[in-house]
Amino acid sequence: MTTKLFGEPVRRREDPRLLTGQGRYLDDLGGDALAAAFVRSPHAHARIRDIDVSAAIDVDGLVAIYTWEDLPALLAQPLPLLIPHPALTHGRTAHPLARDLVRHVGEPVVMVVARDRYLAEDACALIRVDYEILKPVVGVEEAAQSAQLVHGDVPGNVGAHLVQEVPSAAGLGAREAIETAPHTLAFRLDIERSASMPLEGRGVYARWDADDRSLRVYTSTQTSTSVRMAIAAKLGLPLPKVEVIAPDVGGGFGVKIVHPWPEEVLVPWAAILLDREVKWAEDRREHFVSSAHERAQVQSVRVGFDDDGRVLGLEVNILHDHGAYTPYGIIVPIITSTQLLGPYKIGAYRVEFSSIYTNTVQVTPYRGAGRPQAVFCMERTMDHIAAHLGADRTAVREVNFIRPDEFPYDQGLIFQDGRPLIYDSGDYPESLRMLKELIGWDSFPEAKAQAAAEGRRIGIGIGCYVEGTGVGPYEGGHVQITSDGRVHVSTGLTSQGQGHETVFAQIAAAELGVPLERVSVVTGDTRRFGYAVGTFASRAAVMSGNAIALACRKVREKALRIAADALEAAPGDLEIVDGEVRVLGAPGSSIPLATVAVLSNPLRYAFDEEAARATQFAGTSAFDRPPVEEGQEPGLEGRDYYSPLRSTFASGMHAAIVETDPLTAEIRILRYAVVHDCGNLINPMIVEGQIHGGVAQGVGGALYERMVYDEHGQLLNASFMDFLMPYATEIPRVETAHLQTPSPLNPLGIKGAGEAGVIPVSAVIASAIEDAEGIGIDRMPISPSDLFDLRRASTGRSTSET
Amino acid sequence: MKPPPFDYHAPRSVGEALETLAGAGEHGKVLAGGQSLIPMLNMRLAAPGHLVDINRLTELDTLDVEPGGVRVGALARHARVERSEEVAAAQPLLCQALRLVAHPVIRNRGTVVGSLVHADPAAELPAVLALLGGSVRLARPGAVRDVPAAGFFTGLLESAAEPGELAVSAFFPLLPPRSGTAFREVARRHGDYALAGVAALVGLDDDLRITAARVACVSVGPAPVLVDVTEACGHRPPASADWASAARAVQERTAPEADIHATADYRRHLTGVLAQQALRDAAREALDA
Repeated sequence: MTTKLFGEPVRRREDPRLLTGQGRYLDDLGGDALAAAFVRSPHAHARIRDIDVSAAIDVDGLVAIYTWEDLPALLAQPLPLLIPHPALTHGRTAHPLARDLVRHVGEPVVMVVARDRYLAEDACALIRVDYEILKPVVGVEEAAQSAQLVHGDVPGNVGAHLVQEVPSAAGLGAREAIETAPHTLAFRLDIERSASMPLEGRGVYARWDADDRSLRVYTSTQTSTSVRMAIAAKLGLPLPKVEVIAPDVGGGFGVKIVHPWPEEVLVPWAAILLDREVKWAEDRREHFVSSAHERAQVQSVRVGFDDDGRVLGLEVNILHDHGAYTPYGIIVPIITSTQLLGPYKIGAYRVEFSSIYTNTVQVTPYRGAGRPQAVFCMERTMDHIAAHLGADRTAVREVNFIRPDEFPYDQGLIFQDGRPLIYDSGDYPESLRMLKELIGWDSFPEAKAQAAAEGRRIGIGIGCYVEGTGVGPYEGGHVQITSDGRVHVSTGLTSQGQGHETVFAQIAAAELGVPLERVSVVTGDTRRFGYAVGTFASRAAVMSGNAIALACRKVREKALRIAADALEAAPGDLEIVDGEVRVLGAPGSSIPLATVAVLSNPLRYAFDEEAARATQFAGTSAFDRPPVEEGQEPGLEGRDYYSPLRSTFASGMHAAIVETDPLTAEIRILRYAVVHDCGNLINPMIVEGQIHGGVAQGVGGALYERMVYDEHGQLLNASFMDFLMPYATEIPRVETAHLQTPSPLNPLGIKGAGEAGVIPVSAVIASAIEDAEGIGIDRMPISPSDLFDLRRASTGRSTSET
Repeated sequence: MKPPPFDYHAPRSVGEALETLAGAGEHGKVLAGGQSLIPMLNMRLAAPGHLVDINRLTELDTLDVEPGGVRVGALARHARVERSEEVAAAQPLLCQALRLVAHPVIRNRGTVVGSLVHADPAAELPAVLALLGGSVRLARPGAVRDVPAAGFFTGLLESAAEPGELAVSAFFPLLPPRSGTAFREVARRHGDYALAGVAALVGLDDDLRITAARVACVSVGPAPVLVDVTEACGHRPPASADWASAARAVQERTAPEADIHATADYRRHLTGVLAQQALRDAAREALDA
């Protein structure tokens, strides 16, 4: 039965193409295009006095040099602030090319177009920009106190300030609840900067058709539809004359949802102006200093709890480092402050964040999008409570869990989509039980004692999270069955390697009753589907998956109606199996979907034998009805949209066993276990792949990756030599178990899975190191050198178990 | 990240290469495996006017175990040396070190001599050459000279090779009888340059007492730091040697610097830990020898 396809570990159909070099990434296109390169600011904060291009003019192959002064009115304005919010009182965005001030190292100042990238870079090297260097503002706490301003008109460097407060059931505010609690703790947490770091950087390739007055842009983006609208608006072009295509995209992880990047409007503009194809492919150095970073926060926590560890009141104050600009609004700190509560019922909660400007690369969502910081905060809090009470860490979590019979559960907060934060479904006690069994939580103390007897230090850690996934507003799907029996599925959101070609095909094949091989999937191509939001927030399967399922159901209904006419049966007596419409219980009576597709489109002209069956003298018409009946359309196709009431909430729990070397302070992950609940699984193999990749990025954030800025605002490790993205050799085998609590919010009962793996890793590793070392861990990432320092600082204190 | 313009030369003989290099003088740079040079060119950290590609000079693609040691030609890739059983038998430290050099794909392309001439103090091979007292053979038209390791590494990324000279081979002497070697290091990620690393050599007399013990340390100075700890170990059998005191002696001779990956204190601490581990390993090998 083809319907079994839903939930099966079907192998990824895109892999043969992507793994054998047949993929077409941005820089595989446009081999003859002119190349763009950029002169970028070497200073974190400076005023541009003068730009002297005279030495570059003589470079052989130079085509054009552009500065801000060359830009037409619409382009000369600051780039859009994509997600306004009332609390973002001082939102600021950059100009496509710096106007007078540069506010971080890497900000684009001059665009050069030349015959190839080598020559463009030669010209860049000869352009002299005269800067008046200003004092930079670096470090979120320094910026919050500094008299020095990143934007002269933003006092205190505060871009946004937001407080959310949920009183206890008894009506107590968080502060009061904490004051009156039997136990109170206060502590501070730090998380450093990291970044998405897709293996393929950003890139844009523009083709202007002067005859047709139309523009085609390929861009390595997570949202081609919205880039299209931005380009049309910024370049003053009619929307139908602009098409934007996301080709194969080598990873996004959030950084490519930001748009339009300066290059996404400048490159098409230059292509039109020059009437030549122009391409820009970001290099790694550019990606480090001119794309986006995330994570950096300082959190102050106060918590009050009872003797069982039940949290009565929680107050969190967050300083969020937003870098120099806020094009993506304050989504990251909103997610941190609202997803912080995780699977727990907190008595009373008060969260306050200030979003602070610094002279560093802007901060926009990176896989997890504020949740790793949130989970670090909540889970460190749980571990602090357990340590204070001398209780088992899982027992403290258990006592705070929302119970399975309490869903839907309203956390009383406003989520990132502006809608109430209401959990749809979940089973946290069962998830914990499964995790403890998977990792062997209860028998760990014996293993630890055994290791200690051998002179080894091991520790176990845990972290729980809830992730709002599948945020709206909507996605759509289009499904067409052509007269050759093939099924063409398209959706507007884009793919960055997640396996959409496989899972969307599984959904369509299952819904339509056709073999998987007959289904093809196109994503992120505005020529095929013009309405979409984009790929972010673990939303593709939930949003486009459901939209495609709904579109398939429309097509199926139409196919059954047409087939019913042809087979002289009632639609309700028909089924579709292996691409054939059959009469239930009458095996000989059937009609292929290909034929149904032919019949769906009444023709005058026969271009092949199949089509001849639908022409006017083929004898298939009833003369008392028009060929295309009222309310119907020709063709066997359907389009539908899925727009949810609110987000659906996936959840999971991770545990790890780590070993720390008593001599070298090296940290090794011995085991890593995940229990994951994203509702119904479309393809468990792909979900596991997502989790593995997420955990790998999480391990990077926990043990390796940090963006190191010096006091001058220079990024000291802007290369893969010094920014330590982990290799496969640093990633443990990930053991996974699935729990499935279907979402009641959508037809397929699914929740998002894309970001899950990364979210709790820093919390889990911190918990495990703390257990191994008996030293409190309050900042991540942690390196062997850091652990060595912590050991030294704690000498004299107890180094036995917590 | 594209290199600035340069003239590319692909000589067909060593003689032609030497003439080309002599002509280029200070503006010439030799391209062998390119594992360090190409990134430096792309980041525009190096801008030689002439790039002399020696990859066609098969006469330099040699690996010979001679009576006194192993001679590695300028085009011998890390992988070839690492996998040679003859080399492993004659000079085990080379293989011990090469396993720690970067990743297999880099070792497939990078050359041993290229790594020595690049003279990165965080790299393993300069430490090996220094510990074994090897030498590098430098050639220019009509002249060849052998520079001992002690005089070869002159500073951070600086060697005794002068403009116009081509390093044609390196020589790693054999171990004396009853001696053993080891290489220990700690790197942030598998294959990264080490935060600290120690190559050790221990030699025993007929009574199996330590007569020679020395180490070469990486990442703790501008060049490999060679320390003789024979005295500190005491003239004793390995089982009763004072390794801790030897490790302290090593630490006293190192002056690591802090960077974004590790503090100076941590590097010094690691160097002590690794020195002790490497010396013990080397002594064990010597006993087995």
